[in-house]
Amino acid sequence: MELTVNGRAYTVDVEDDMPLLWVLRDELGITGVKYGCGIAQCGACTVHVDGIAVRSCQLAAGDVDGDITTIEGLGTPEALHAVQAAWIEHQVAQCGYCQSGQIMQAASFLDLNSAPTDDQIDQAMSGNLCRCGTYPRIRAAVKTAATKLQGA
Amino acid sequence: MGRGKTIARRSFLIGSAVIAGGVAFGTYLVKRDPDNPLTAQAAPGDAVFNPWVKINAEGITLITPHTDLGQGAASMQAMLIAEELDVDLDQITTIPGTPAGAYYNTALAAEAVPFRSNDESFAAEAMRSTMGAVMKVLGAQVTGGSTSVPDSFDKLRTAGAVARETLKAAASAQTGIDAVLLTTERGAVILPDGVRMEYTDLAAGAAELEPVTDVTLRDPSQWRLIGKRVERMDIVAKSTGTQTFGIDLKVDGMVQASVRMNPRKGARLLGFDVARAEEMRGVLQIIGLPYGVAVIADNTWRAFRALDAIDYDWDVAAYPAEQSGHWAEVEASFTPERLDKEWRHDGDVDSALSESAEVVEAEYRAPYVAHQPLEPLGAIAKVTADRVDIWVAHQLPGFAEQRIAKRLGMETEQIHLHNQYAGGSFGHRLEFDNIDVAVDIAREVPGTPVKLTFSREEDFAQDYNRQIGMARGRGAHAGGKVTALDLDIATVSASRSQSGRLGAPVPGPDTQIAAGAWNMRYAVPDLRVRAYAVPELAPTSSWRSVGASTAGFFAESFLDELIHAAGADPMAERLRLVNDDDARRVLEAVAEMSNWGAPLEPGQGRGVALVTSFGVPVAEVVEVTATDRGIKIDRVWVAAEVGRVVDPVTFQNNVAGGVVWGLGHAMNSEITYKDGRAEQGNYHLSEGMRLHQCPEIEVRALENNPNIRGIGEPPVPPAAPALANAIFVATGIRLREMPFFKTVDFV
Repeated sequence: MELTVNGRAYTVDVEDDMPLLWVLRDELGITGVKYGCGIAQCGACTVHVDGIAVRSCQLAAGDVDGDITTIEGLGTPEALHAVQAAWIEHQVAQCGYCQSGQIMQAASFLDLNSAPTDDQIDQAMSGNLCRCGTYPRIRAAVKTAATKLQGA
Repeated sequence: MGRGKTIARRSFLIGSAVIAGGVAFGTYLVKRDPDNPLTAQAAPGDAVFNPWVKINAEGITLITPHTDLGQGAASMQAMLIAEELDVDLDQITTIPGTPAGAYYNTALAAEAVPFRSNDESFAAEAMRSTMGAVMKVLGAQVTGGSTSVPDSFDKLRTAGAVARETLKAAASAQTGIDAVLLTTERGAVILPDGVRMEYTDLAAGAAELEPVTDVTLRDPSQWRLIGKRVERMDIVAKSTGTQTFGIDLKVDGMVQASVRMNPRKGARLLGFDVARAEEMRGVLQIIGLPYGVAVIADNTWRAFRALDAIDYDWDVAAYPAEQSGHWAEVEASFTPERLDKEWRHDGDVDSALSESAEVVEAEYRAPYVAHQPLEPLGAIAKVTADRVDIWVAHQLPGFAEQRIAKRLGMETEQIHLHNQYAGGSFGHRLEFDNIDVAVDIAREVPGTPVKLTFSREEDFAQDYNRQIGMARGRGAHAGGKVTALDLDIATVSASRSQSGRLGAPVPGPDTQIAAGAWNMRYAVPDLRVRAYAVPELAPTSSWRSVGASTAGFFAESFLDELIHAAGADPMAERLRLVNDDDARRVLEAVAEMSNWGAPLEPGQGRGVALVTSFGVPVAEVVEVTATDRGIKIDRVWVAAEVGRVVDPVTFQNNVAGGVVWGLGHAMNSEITYKDGRAEQGNYHLSEGMRLHQCPEIEVRALENNPNIRGIGEPPVPPAAPALANAIFVATGIRLREMPFFKTVDFV
């Protein structure tokens, strides 16, 4: 099976129904994507397929039909994506375990809607669970990132 | 091995710490100091000044032994050392260090239990709190009880100062310039002519010296880092997917594994059939254990799938199979035989109530609740004949080593726990199931590292939940004032459940059953709080804020009912009753922040609660609106008295997170049992709070008290009662049972 992840081509030998999450984590060693619930309830496993946020725990490897981007491919400590920069500016993370998924969700959302309302932010981000309760800072960081992306 | 070993083996005296003006900040004399754990790994040229600071030619390493559970403990500990060491956070590396006696938690030790009360006799009782008891028995390295800051505040600043002064002595020895003429700045000793001598260059010389222990801690006016807004050290890694958590770690030759234990918590496996599972792709080994079955595979998902394909025969639970049986046991516990302790009796409650024309009565309930941090439990273990390595995030790393040594019949020195960043804990990582299981699997494949990962469903099934409990209140009022309050609280004892599993049962009454209630800082003329211990049901454990998460809800809800019955204003009457300056100030602060007296719109409600836990009085005002889609929580104002804020960003984040935790679980979460199994197996059935329900949260720190306190847990207990009290004002519905969604709808 052929997969393109963060611009790099991989060949993997896995069952068609193995969730993309476990292909990325255990077969390819890409661990920025997290396992939280396995049933699309927490969003920790969010990655992009052709730029659109998907829950990789619910996407079978055999059904992947586009290029995959994980948090590592969105930006790096040396070259941050605007959403990551906003997350750092607002010091959002506590334990940080959910934040890869939060950031991937926010990046995809802002790509589709660069001037969201507060209600739209709430709707877009409510599928991503944060057990530490960083929600007020997530809201603020999404707004900051939106402003930056509009100016870009 | 260089001279560093010899030097560092000497007792590390943390000298008299005196600030300008002669006020003693705290004096530590660490007698016969537990051996500095850094010496064992010290190479020639490594200066290991004390258990927290290592400098060599390559760099500056600070050891931050309090586990970072997500609350920023690593950064906070580094700030305290760096403040006195005169380094900036971009110049250092932090590591959690190896578990060692040197890192025992002084704030949890006898002299400094993080608890303060108006009544001295209470303080002695408070020492029997869960963690205090664990500490006394183990004398160990503990992260818990909101103690990371109070334990570290003087100790780590002193460690930094000792290293700094020793580096100055090394510079003095090299240059012949008197040390008093030297200054330090950004990782270097500065000579009078401005020449910089980098710490990394001085380290080898410093390693030859005896550490300078006569140090003076700086006056707060000189602080560069403490109390200032700094960038948390892990923030970039945690925003770029580059932070490695325990679940992400790779060890050479590692295999994956998962486990299915009896969902009737604590009961045994009677039999199992692996016919379907053993043929499945990627399955390397299936291991029967007394309590369940483990699968070793080449991929975590394949291990999960194989476990699903096994047929199990589980034994019955030791506790009631159905939830009604749990409640029946709680209801039956308000008896003289089960009275654990009468914690407080001011005045004469029985006479006051019998003489009162009207007695207000109410009954409250709090359910079991799961911890469920987002990183599921797991551990990597590698077992060989003479050495065991365990990679895991744990709040009791030293005790975990002792426990595994006993389990395997080995010496503690042969067990090496490598503590990791935790993807949350909230008390979950005080338990040992994941470590026990990882070792049980790994011993079957000696020499092969095994990474155990719990599925989310397994994590829920095996959680040690928050205590279940009830309260019965009776009270009276006269002339618009609350005059009598009698509160009986019955919960299972999470402290006894937890310490029993540790093999160190807590003697005496459990302070946690009525924590946050008996120490209420109010002068009600006739006031009594009694705690009843419900016998062990399903096993329970410490859940963020422990007893106060239930007792605080009972006390502040019932007081609110009495205030409304008296026809008084909830804020004004609390301010009239409050009998402590710290508590009065946090109430006044939230009254001002929330503009308490401002008129409410139709459907709006404002509620207040004040709970003191872990020595920290916290007041919260919650404002809600009843809409046609349900209750919407609009805003929350919080004020907490913590003595001193080390890291303002982390402080704000912890307080807001504590409010979200307290509100979300009060609204949405419970664990109930059916057929001996928890009915809630994933987040759709127990999710806490999601973003769309999150209010705006405004936080204020008060810094009047001379004692510095931790803030991880104290914001939790007032959230639930403040919300219930607000909903009462908005709707007239008095919520007496958590979770509230059973009674009202939320937006």
